[in-house]
Amino acid sequence: MLEIKDLHAAVDGKEILKGLSLTVNAGEVHAIMGPNGSGKSTLSYVLAGRAGYKITSGSIRYRGEDLAALAPEERAAKGIFLAMQYPVEIPGVTTLTFLKTALNAQRRARGESELDAMGVLKRVRARASELKVSEEMLKRALNVGFSGGEKKRLEILQMALFEPRLAILDETDSGLDIDALKLVAEGVNALRAPERAMLVITHYQRLLQYIVPDRVHVLSAGRIVREGGPELAHELEAKGYEDIVRSAA
Amino acid sequence: MAAVETREKVSALAEKYKYGFVTDIEMERAPKGLSEDTVRYISAKKGEPDWMLAWRLSAFRRWVEMREPNWARVHYPKIDYQDAYYYAAPKNTPAKQSLDEVDPKLLETYNKLGIPLSEQMLLAGVAVDAVFDSVSVATTFKAKLNEAGVIFCPISEAIRDHPDLVRKYLGTVVPVTDNFFSTLNSAVFSDGTFVFVPKGVRCPMELSTYFRINASETGQFERTLIIADEGSYVSYLEGCTAPKRDENQLHAAVVELVALDGAEIKYSTVQNWYPGDEEGKGGIYNFVTKRGDCRGRDSKISWTQVETGSAITWKYPSCILRGDNSVGEFYSIAIANHYQQADTGTKMIHLGRNTRSRIVSKGISAGRAQNTYRGLVSVHPKAANARNHTQCDSLLIGKQCGAHTVPYIESRNPSARIEHEATTSKIAEDQLFYCLQRGINPEEAVALIVNGFCKEVLQQLPMEFAVEAQKLVGISLEGSVG
Repeated sequence: MLEIKDLHAAVDGKEILKGLSLTVNAGEVHAIMGPNGSGKSTLSYVLAGRAGYKITSGSIRYRGEDLAALAPEERAAKGIFLAMQYPVEIPGVTTLTFLKTALNAQRRARGESELDAMGVLKRVRARASELKVSEEMLKRALNVGFSGGEKKRLEILQMALFEPRLAILDETDSGLDIDALKLVAEGVNALRAPERAMLVITHYQRLLQYIVPDRVHVLSAGRIVREGGPELAHELEAKGYEDIVRSAA
Repeated sequence: MAAVETREKVSALAEKYKYGFVTDIEMERAPKGLSEDTVRYISAKKGEPDWMLAWRLSAFRRWVEMREPNWARVHYPKIDYQDAYYYAAPKNTPAKQSLDEVDPKLLETYNKLGIPLSEQMLLAGVAVDAVFDSVSVATTFKAKLNEAGVIFCPISEAIRDHPDLVRKYLGTVVPVTDNFFSTLNSAVFSDGTFVFVPKGVRCPMELSTYFRINASETGQFERTLIIADEGSYVSYLEGCTAPKRDENQLHAAVVELVALDGAEIKYSTVQNWYPGDEEGKGGIYNFVTKRGDCRGRDSKISWTQVETGSAITWKYPSCILRGDNSVGEFYSIAIANHYQQADTGTKMIHLGRNTRSRIVSKGISAGRAQNTYRGLVSVHPKAANARNHTQCDSLLIGKQCGAHTVPYIESRNPSARIEHEATTSKIAEDQLFYCLQRGINPEEAVALIVNGFCKEVLQQLPMEFAVEAQKLVGISLEGSVG
């Protein structure tokens, strides 16, 4: 599904990723853990194609394609979804309008027929209740005045709606209390599927109690310094990053 | 309707003339330039009564002594008023036979705007009788209005058929000597629309006119007069488009609205005159005077405008709140992209007691455009308890454009309550990225964000226009990102 080889990437001329390699297969959930400034968010933005995040060397292949050659919206249509750490507010655009615009843009790009408002609403409703996204929320402007929990739930709702092949969750746990965290984790677990891969980026082990990964990678200074099974997350929690990073160096 | 058709035919013929498709069409033009003779020529061609000619001449004599205003934040080369035609009409009117003869680019634009095929034909000046029975449609339409007693006709027809009404109201809201451009219009206006809604009548349908600019090198001066008698209601929509030309063309319209006791007029505009190309070449100079007089008690005038076209826009649809308890509203979206310059806003003149006004202005600047909101809220000594709320929001796309807000507030009554809010923001990179990540392409993303920004104003438009306006917002900002 995703094959990253010796990836170097820079932001504003400053190299952040320094030789990162990672392979994720369909059906797998991988966790990327690491201290602040290790390059976790940079990795997610490079994968999504955000402007200003420049690949300086190395390669990313996604389902056999060179990812760098694709515009961000093309990546989305081809199944890459990034649940953002800070979902953005768009005043005046209702949540439902946004979902319809995005879903139809992706469908159009894939040569599928567009859905009318009722068709979109049906699909949204089918997934909204378990994530406790109310009809009222759908009528409000996108993320405007939403609580932290509401914003993250809406991110997961979008993930369910767009049915991506590769879902990247960037610090989805940040700013959530334990109930909200459980709700979001259940939403994510419900979307685990043999044809879908997930990359869960997190600072803390807490989220990984609920979303149990197949593999855990520790990112430090732009490189993966350790890999292991789910038990690695517990080790990190116990020892802290410093020990792990030092012993790996 | 006839006024529009006439304009369409002139415009269609001018296109042919310019591109040489048809050589045997005789155009009838007034000699180039502007003099008393030109004014007399126009009046004679229209078969006008003496009083109308006298009115035009008084305007012309005043105009020659006037100076072009220079206080607006717009820059353009000096206009040579002698180097233009002020009247152009086809001698005979053979229409195009099918859409195949129409410039495909024009059709593409109409398609983008979502204008139905039948309307495209009307706009393109195609003879639609065979394909789409426009004549009978127009007639059914007229019959329905006649039944209600509503007069809706070209102003040249009204001058002939309803001289008493025209004489009673023409120039009473925008006086002959009001300003340079309106006075020029008074001297040489070619045609326009006249609407009269009688006492207590709610106009049974939205009245709508599509304006197309005239032949090349020709100024366009239309004149619109709408009168809503006591307790009546009318909603009027105008849409404007123009062909692409390298030269700048002058458009100086005057619109006068009169609302008597308890009457309400809703006036909506979607203005998409040719804005010039990406280098700022060509485009319409849109110098327009629009004013409504809430002459009666409890009357209401509401302006809604979506201004996306023109190289230069100089336009301040205003309300004179003369009647006690009268209400004035101004909802505006002004989009300026590339090298466009817009200086637009409103004046709310509170004369009567308990008068209320509301201003919502959304300015969007992209490319190297300059966009200015200029507004006046004036409360006169007798306007006890006058209230105004103004909200001016500016949105910037890119780094080379400008947004300016120039509010003037004058209050001469201590009981007045005037509120002014203003914001300036940019389309943030993170908003754009968020949209892209969800599969929306950059142009669609900008259109979505801008439409959200303009929502309050778009909601004021009648349904069928709102859809068109939303698309237009997207089209006018094409090329502003990336």
